[in-house]
Amino acid sequence: MQITINDVQDVKVVQLDGDLDGSTAPDAQTQIVPLAIAGSKIVIDMSKVPYMSSAGLRMLLVLYRSIAGSGGKVVLVGLSSELEDTMQLTGFLDFFSHFSTLDAGISALT
Amino acid sequence: MERVDVYPTHEHNGYKLRVGKPFPFGATFVPGGINFSIFSSHATACTLVLFDKGQLQPKAEIPYPLEFRIGNVYAMTVFGLDIENTEYGFRMDGPFSPEEGHWFDRSKILMDPYARSIGGRDVWGIVPDWNNTYQHRARLVFDDFDWEHDRPLEIPIEDLVIYEAHVRSFTKDPSSGAKFPGTFAGIREKIPYLKQLGINCLELLPIYEFDEFENSKVHPETGEHLIGNYWGYSTMGFFAPKAGYAATGKLGMHVDEFKALVKELHRNGIEVMLDVVFNHTAEGNENGPYISFRGIDNKTYYMLTPEGYYYNFSGTGNTLNCNNPVVRNMVIDCLRYWAAEYHIDGFRFDLASILGRDPWGAPLPNPPLLESLAFDPILAKCKLIAEAWDAGGLYQVGSFPAYGRWAEWNGKYRDGIRKFLKGESNLVGEMAQRIQGSPDLYASRGPTASINFITAHDGFTLNDLVSYNEKHNLANGENNGDGANDNESWNCGWEGPTDDPEINALRKRQMKNAVAMLMVSQGIPMILMGDEVARTQHGNNNTYCHDNALNWFDWKQVESNAEQLRFFQHLIAFRKSHPVLRNRWHLSNQDRVGSGYPDISWHGTQAWNADWSDSSRVLVFLLCGKHARGGLVADDYVYVIMNMHWEGNWFHLPGLPSGRLWHIFANTGMPTPHDIWKPGSEPLLDDQGGLFVGSRTVAILVGK
Repeated sequence: MQITINDVQDVKVVQLDGDLDGSTAPDAQTQIVPLAIAGSKIVIDMSKVPYMSSAGLRMLLVLYRSIAGSGGKVVLVGLSSELEDTMQLTGFLDFFSHFSTLDAGISALT
Repeated sequence: MERVDVYPTHEHNGYKLRVGKPFPFGATFVPGGINFSIFSSHATACTLVLFDKGQLQPKAEIPYPLEFRIGNVYAMTVFGLDIENTEYGFRMDGPFSPEEGHWFDRSKILMDPYARSIGGRDVWGIVPDWNNTYQHRARLVFDDFDWEHDRPLEIPIEDLVIYEAHVRSFTKDPSSGAKFPGTFAGIREKIPYLKQLGINCLELLPIYEFDEFENSKVHPETGEHLIGNYWGYSTMGFFAPKAGYAATGKLGMHVDEFKALVKELHRNGIEVMLDVVFNHTAEGNENGPYISFRGIDNKTYYMLTPEGYYYNFSGTGNTLNCNNPVVRNMVIDCLRYWAAEYHIDGFRFDLASILGRDPWGAPLPNPPLLESLAFDPILAKCKLIAEAWDAGGLYQVGSFPAYGRWAEWNGKYRDGIRKFLKGESNLVGEMAQRIQGSPDLYASRGPTASINFITAHDGFTLNDLVSYNEKHNLANGENNGDGANDNESWNCGWEGPTDDPEINALRKRQMKNAVAMLMVSQGIPMILMGDEVARTQHGNNNTYCHDNALNWFDWKQVESNAEQLRFFQHLIAFRKSHPVLRNRWHLSNQDRVGSGYPDISWHGTQAWNADWSDSSRVLVFLLCGKHARGGLVADDYVYVIMNMHWEGNWFHLPGLPSGRLWHIFANTGMPTPHDIWKPGSEPLLDDQGGLFVGSRTVAILVGK
C-alpha cells in the first residue's frame, strides 16, 4: 500500500493506494495517527482502495477515535459502493462523514 | 513498562511460543500473540493445528509442551500470527473406547468449543467442499466493537411485546425489496416496519453457527434439494454468530454486522432476544460427525448411558451434559459473552427442561445451571425464558425451577386459547386463568412468568390455525409423520384455501379474535413473524427444512392484508397505552384501592353475572383502571367481551363511575375500518347500556 500525505490549505489529505488489510493497516495507522493533533482536519481519500478487511475498518475507527479525542475532524472520500456497503453493514460508517469527491471532503472541513 | 510475557520462551518450527494463560478458554488476544486455551479431562495430549484461511492443509501443527498444561487445561501463546488470515483447530490424543465414553481420534481436527467465529459456511447455501477434513473452522475475532452509549434496554418485562422471527425468512423473499435479503443487514432495513407494528422485542430463531446442510435431503415429489436444517436448532459452536446470516459473512465481518444490528435495534427501542439451543449439539448420535465436543472430551460434554451410548432427551441424537460443572461453566461463559459483547437483552432456552437434568438424565429439584443463570451478575438484567419441556417427556410448564427469575413459554396458554377460539365447551374457567396471566400456574411468580403465545415457529401459523384441521407436511419428506398432531386448530368449514366468502370472513375474524385475546391477557405476548399479515405455510406445521416460500415472509401481504396488519398495530398500541393490561403482580379479584370495583370483575350477557357453566362460550371481564399496576398508575377502565358462541347476543354493560363513558375500541364483528380504532380516538358508544356482539366475536371497550 502506498500512502501519500498532502497539505491542502489547513487540511491534511491522506491518499491510500492499495488494499487495506491486516498486512497494510498497521503501517497505515503508524503513518496517519500522528497527524491527529489538536484541531487537525484530515481527509482520507479511499478512491484507490479496492478492498478493506476487518483490520482496515478498525484502523479507520482508531483514527477516528484518536482524532476526535484531540478535537480534530476526519472525513472519508471516494468510497467505492462495495466499501460503503461494508462499512454501513458493520456499523463503521456511522462514525464518519463521507463524500464522493475530494473537493467535497475538503470543503466540508474548511 | 514492558511486560515480561511479551517475550517467547519456546519455539516450534519457527513459531515463537510461551506458556499461555488457562483462563479464559478459547483464543484470546494478548500482547504480541494469541493465547489458545482448551480443556479436556480425558485427553492425554493436545496439538494446536493452524491453517491459512480456507486452506485444506494445515500450515503448522504445534504440540502443547508438557509444561503448558495446568490441570486439564492446555494453554499456549503463539506469537506473530496474522489475525485475519488464521484458522485453528486441535488434535486430541486419548483412548477410543465408546463403551467407556471416549471417542478420541487423532486423525480428526476439532473446532474449539469457545470459537467466536466459525468459517466454512460463510455464505448461506454454497455447497461446501466435502473433501475438506476440517469443515467448521475456528477463527479469531476482534471483540472491540464501538458501542458508544448503547447498552441493553432493560425494558420491564411486563411491557414487552415479543416478535419471533427467523433471520433468513424475514427478508429473503424478493418481495422484501431488501438490498441484502435474508441477512442481519436485511433485518436492519426492516426496522421501520417493526416499529410501525409496535413490537419492542425481536426474538430471533437460533443464530449460533449451524450447518444448513446438516441432514440435507431431496423433496419426495419435486426432487428439489431440501436444506436439512433451515431453522438452525442444531448448534456447532455456542460463541459464534452464523456467518451465512450476514451479508458480510464472506468478508468475515459477521460479528460486526450482527452487533451493528443489535445497536440499531436498540436505538429504535427494540430489544434483542436469542433463541438458544443448549440441549444438544450438531454432532448427532453414534453415527454423527466429529466437529468439536465429541473428539475433545466426549464423556464430559454429553450425557451417556452406562453402556456409553448417547442419551437422547432432545430428540436429535445427543444431549449436552449441562449439569456437568465444566459444561455448566461453558454455558454461563457463553451467555455472559453474548450479554456483555453483543448487548443481548434476553434468551429463550430451547427445550430448557434438559438444563434441569443431572448427568444421568434424572430431573434435579435444584438444578445448578438454572440457579447459576438466575443469580449470575452479568445476566442479572437479562430476560431468561424457558421452553419448559423436553423431548424426553419432562413437562414443567408452571413448575420450571424459576428462582424468581425465569419466565416460561406458556404452552397451556396456547392450547387453552386455541380450544376456546374454536368454540369448545368447558373452557371459560381455564380461560379466566389464562387471561389473568395463569395464576393457577404461576401463583408466586406473577403474570410476568407467563410468555403468552398462540402460535410460534413450531406448529401452524395463525392463518393456518384457522384454515386447517390437519397438518399437511408431505413436503418435509417424512410421509406426514413429523410435526405435532394436537394442533387444536379449526379450518372454519373447509380444509385449506377457499373462495367461500363466509368462511374467509370467519377466518379473518378468528385471527382478529386471537390477537385480541393475546393482547388483553396479563403476561407477556409473543407474536409469530408474519401472523400480522396472515402468513401461510399451506398447512405445514413443521417447516424446519424449507428454504423457500413456505417459510419466507411474503411482503406483498403487507399490502394485501393491510386490514389485519392495521388491526395488530392498533391492538399492540392499545396494550402499550393501558398499564391495566400489563400488571406486574397477579390480580386479586378484589377492590384494594377503594374504587368500588375489583381489579378484575367477571360478567356475561348481564353485567356482574358471569356464566361459568360447562356449556358457556362467553368470557367477559372488566379491568378497573384505578387498580393499574396495583393502583400505582392511573388508567381507563377496559371491558372485554369474548363471545365464542356460534350465535350473537346482546351484552349489557356495567355502569361506570360518574364522568366516565363507554367508548368502543374494537369489535371484530364489524367490517373494517370499524373493526378497530386508533387508541385515543375510540368513538363514544351510542347506547351506554349495552351492545350486540356477533357470533365468534371479540369486543373491547374503554371507559374513559
